[in-house]
Formats: sequence, structure tokens, C-alpha cells
Amino acid sequence: MERHFDEELKGLNEKLLKMASLVEEMISASIRSLIDRNTGMAEDVIKSDDKVNMLEIEIDEESLKLLALHQPAASDLRFITSAMKINNDLERMGDLAVNIAERSVDLIKQPQLKPLIDIPQMAKITQQMVHDSLTAFINKDSELARQVCRRDDEVDKLNEQVFRELLTYMMEGPKNITRAVDLILVAKHLERIADHATNISEDVVYYVQGTMIKHHIEEKKKQ
Amino acid sequence: MAQIEVKKLNLSYGDFHALIDIDLSIETRMITAMIGPSGCGKSTLLRVFNRMNDLIEGVNITGQVLIEGNDILNHKADLIVLRKEVGMVFQRPNPFPLSIYDNITFGPRVHGTKNKKILDEIVRTSLEDVLLWDELKDKLHRSALRLSLEQQQRLCIARLTAVKPKILLMDEPCSALDPVATQNIEELFNKLKNEYTIVIVTHNMQQAARISQRAGFMLLGELVEFGDTRRIFTAPADKRTEDYITGRFG
Ligand SMILES: Nc1ncnc2c1ncn2[C@@H]1O[C@H](COP(=O)(O)OP(=O)(O)OP(=O)(O)O)[C@@H](O)[C@H]1O
Ligand SMILES: [Mg+2]
Repeated sequence: MERHFDEELKGLNEKLLKMASLVEEMISASIRSLIDRNTGMAEDVIKSDDKVNMLEIEIDEESLKLLALHQPAASDLRFITSAMKINNDLERMGDLAVNIAERSVDLIKQPQLKPLIDIPQMAKITQQMVHDSLTAFINKDSELARQVCRRDDEVDKLNEQVFRELLTYMMEGPKNITRAVDLILVAKHLERIADHATNISEDVVYYVQGTMIKHHIEEKKKQ
Repeated sequence: MAQIEVKKLNLSYGDFHALIDIDLSIETRMITAMIGPSGCGKSTLLRVFNRMNDLIEGVNITGQVLIEGNDILNHKADLIVLRKEVGMVFQRPNPFPLSIYDNITFGPRVHGTKNKKILDEIVRTSLEDVLLWDELKDKLHRSALRLSLEQQQRLCIARLTAVKPKILLMDEPCSALDPVATQNIEELFNKLKNEYTIVIVTHNMQQAARISQRAGFMLLGELVEFGDTRRIFTAPADKRTEDYITGRFG
């Protein structure tokens, strides 16, 4: 049976998807601006931040309104609480894309320190994780969500690799330090974005199956 | 230990099969809520627990209902004792047309308490149980019918606690009350569950979610799902439960 409430849930879902595609776009543009050394593109990302912040507030208010007015239960309740958490993760991801774009603006002003290899690779996996976590949400696909969680380690390892390599550049000469630190920060931001994609995936599993997988709580409860 | 253990319970009114293969375990000193659409058998199930269906002609019951290990469906079960142990509160408050004092002492008197001092003490503790003592201690000889609906419902609960039952059955106990009175009665249930096992039937799903620790969903005489209230209301296992509590039913 179609309920009036379903219309309002659909509205919330649409807003969240709008926010998701905006944030995905920001992440991809922030990395491209660095690789293509395109300052204009980086500045666009920085400007998008306001839009994301506005959307975050709208989605939050909308969710609270639905919780208060309809006192939802079961999958409705899980949908709204997950939407609120995903909203929060998306907003943080938007901030991180802005941080990457800011590093990019600084880096472009100086000659390239080294050809970028690991960072684009990290960015590729991270963007795929973000995309899959959101697809999992849209399609209520908890299997895809669980796959995203498993990929978090890859990104962590690449981040470590980037850090070690850039450390050697810093030791080679003090003039390398600023650029190396900027690149280390870019990798760090990417790694945080992947963490948020993992959070979203965990929320998707809860939304779809009603089971908590955060912090490996299932295994801990069994012990 | 479970306070009430129901095993393969079936009940029919003549040809009509009203309860079908019910298996259920109701835990001691918890609030268990039964929900489900009108006519699914909630009241019928509740009435089994103190054998109120015995009064209805053409009822046929099979299976077992163990209360503290004794099968109450057994013909040798002592109904007077059973109804003392298992009290029922109804939708509309139904105080006797007697004084507040006599309403409460009615049960203890039936069970043989005559001593005035003891009866006075029972009146005090029972009214304290339902948080009415301070309000009513100077009006004990007024007619119970002059009380507000909320006070009457509290008095009906005090009338039960006066004989120290183990189980309180409540069939939509708040449906005649306004939201404030309902909230007050819910607070009272929360206090009573420290001493009594409570089984409540309610049409108000938010109420079931707020006050109970265990919840069961019934449909067409079957117990579709039973378990931890938090789970039932956040992640029900059965599609029919999900549809009912999210209002998709119909
Ligand atoms: N004395 C009776 N004789 C015949 N059928 C009855 C009798 N009492 C109840 N029934 C039928 O048994 C079914 C279950 O009734 P019951 O009163 O237990 O439902 P309920 O879940 O409490 O409904 P409600 O929410 O409307 O109070 C209904 O179909 C009802 O018509
Ligand atoms: Mg009923």
C-alpha cells in the first residue's frame, strides 16, 4: 500500500542523492585539478563548499521533521537514521575535497616535485569506494556495501606507501619539504574520504539488513 | 525463568479457529506487548491466561499454558487461585459502585482477610503502588465512581495489586484515556514491572514501543513474530510485521 509518508521519504532520498552526486563531483574535480595542474578547477571545488553545507542542513532538518511527525519504525526508521548519518559523512567528504583542492592550488604554484603515481591510484580506489557505497545505498545492496568495507585496507596501505616515499624526498633537501608535506596531506585526505565511504557502507548494511557491522560489533558480540 | 509458557495453543469459538498453534514464552517482571490488527486474537489470547474464555459457550482449547510450571488449562486448576495470581485490567475502568476503600479491600476479603488493621494497610500500600495514596488518603470513603477516568484506571490496578498477583493482564488499558493520563499510566507500568509480570494488548504501536521489553505481532490467529521490542520495532524479521508497524498493512 502506498502511503503519504512514502512521498516524503522519496523527497528526502532525492535530496540526499543530489548531495551525493555533488560531493562525488567535488572529489573527482579536486584530484583532477592536481593531476592536470588546473587552478580554476580547484577554485570551483572550494566554491562548492557552501552548497554542500546548505544541503546538509536541509537534509538534517527534513530528517528530524520526519522523525518527529511520523515516529517511524522498522525500515522507515532505519532509512531516516541512515540518511542522517550518510548526510554527515558526505558533508565531511565535501570538506576533504575542499582541503585537497586547497593543497592543489598551492602545489600548482610550484614546479612538480615528482610524477604522481600512487596518489592517482589511491584516488581511483577511493572514488570507486565512494561511488559503490552510494550505489549500494540506492540499490539497497548490502553485499556491495560489505565489499566496500573490505577495500579500506588497500587505501590505508597506499597512504602509508605515499608517506614513506615522500619522506625520502624531504630528507633529500629542505626545498622539497613544503611540496612533500602538501602531497602527504592530499593522501591523508583521500584516506579519510575512504574512511567515510566505509562508514556509509556500514550504514547501508544496517539500513538494508538491520544488523550493525560498525567496529566489528557482530564478531565482538559473539565472543 | 519464564512466567508464562505457551505450547501449541489452539482455540476455537465453535467452527472459528481464533488462535492457531501459538508458542510463546513470557518473561518474569517484564512488560510484554501484543500488537496486531483488530480481530487477530489478542484479547482471546489474554483471556486464556486467566481462563476468562471459560465463560464463553462453545470454546474449545487445546495445548498447554504453564504458569510457574502448572498447566492452567488443566480441569483441576483452581480458578479462584488462578484469578488471584493473574489479574486483568480492561479497556474502560470498571470500579465497583462502592467506596474507594471497599473497592480495594474487596479482593482481600474474598480471600479471607478480615482484620481491619491489615485491610487498612493493604489499602495504603495498594494506593501507593498506583501513586494515588497522597491524593486520596482523606477521601477513602467516597464513591469510586466520582474519580476521574485516569484515577479509576489506577484504582482498578490497585484493586488487583491488593491481592498480590504475579501477573497483570491489560487489554487496551489506556484507550479511554487522554494523552496526559495515558502518559501517567505508562509511567506507572514502568514502576509496576519491578514487581509484576505485565502483558499488555494495545492498538497504539508507539505505546508498545515505549513501554515494553518484549513484543509480539499477531495476525489472523497466528503469532507471526515475537521477540525483543527494540528489534521488532527497528528490524522486524517478518515482512508482515514490517508492513503492519510501518502502516503499509491493508
Ligand atoms: N465469543 C466469541 N464468539 C465467537 N467469536 C469470537 C468471540 N470472541 C471473539 N471472537 C472472534 O475471534 C477473533 C479474535 O477476537 P479478539 O477479540 O481476540 O480479537 P482482538 O485481536 O482482541 O481484536 P480487537 O483489536 O478488535 O480487540 C475475532 O475474529 C472475533 O470475531
Ligand atoms: Mg481486543
